[in-house]
Amino acid sequence: MSVGQALPELATVPWRARTDARWLRRWQRLWHAWTLLYTIPFLAAGIGMILLAPIAAPVALVAAAHAWIIPELYAARGATVARPKGPRGEHAESVAQGLLGDLLGHDERELQRRTGLALERGELGVWLVGEAGALLFVPGGRYVHCFCVQGTDDDLPPSDRIAHLLLALRVDEEGFATVANHAFAGAPWRVRRRLPKPMRPALDEARRAAR
Amino acid sequence: MARLIRMDGSGHTTLAEWSSADDRAFAEAVERFGSQLELGYIGTVPDGPGKATHVRELPREADLVIMRRPIAGG
Repeated sequence: MSVGQALPELATVPWRARTDARWLRRWQRLWHAWTLLYTIPFLAAGIGMILLAPIAAPVALVAAAHAWIIPELYAARGATVARPKGPRGEHAESVAQGLLGDLLGHDERELQRRTGLALERGELGVWLVGEAGALLFVPGGRYVHCFCVQGTDDDLPPSDRIAHLLLALRVDEEGFATVANHAFAGAPWRVRRRLPKPMRPALDEARRAAR
Repeated sequence: MARLIRMDGSGHTTLAEWSSADDRAFAEAVERFGSQLELGYIGTVPDGPGKATHVRELPREADLVIMRRPIAGG
């Protein structure tokens, strides 16, 4: 009956290294270094300009704005994976919500209905599964990884889109993360502030669970 | 009663139902399961909290088998 726990979709991305805890740590460090690399030069240039020629203060402000805006854009890209997407399919959604509810425990079901995100505990950390992506809070809760991934049927109601991802995640967690496109890694607060307010309690809950 | 369902645009559709004693109903369910595989669906059995199994043959003893579309990075 069983063909093992490898996700069948892995066959579509044979060139990718399997996403395990070590891979995640390496990408955390890379994203951290990358953030510093494009922030510090702008800040240094702004400070330098003010020290050398105070009249250049407006240009220094522009440099400082770059240092702020670029990391914000990356965080916004990460947050986008968790936002609601696609048709809402009101009638079908009520049917799909029942199936998704059956797959979740009581607390997770309530959280999903309030926030639109399904909390799932895994070996790599605590996941929040949305309609077109998932957030992974690694143990400790200090970093979040954002993955863009979705079912290949555009007509699915929102809860079925979540159920697709949840089932794939439960079959093979590392395989799920491998098939998904990595969109961002960084501090959870950077993603939280870019999400709609109703979704934020799910991030707080996942972060608590990951600590 | 075990069920074979497919997640689709209607929420989900029940494709077949069978019991362990009903060979004919199970044979029909196997046929429908195979036709869904040919359409590109993937069979998954929820195994309780946090666990699921990918199946290529319809497991007679399962309570629920869910057909889903493949996932892909967006």
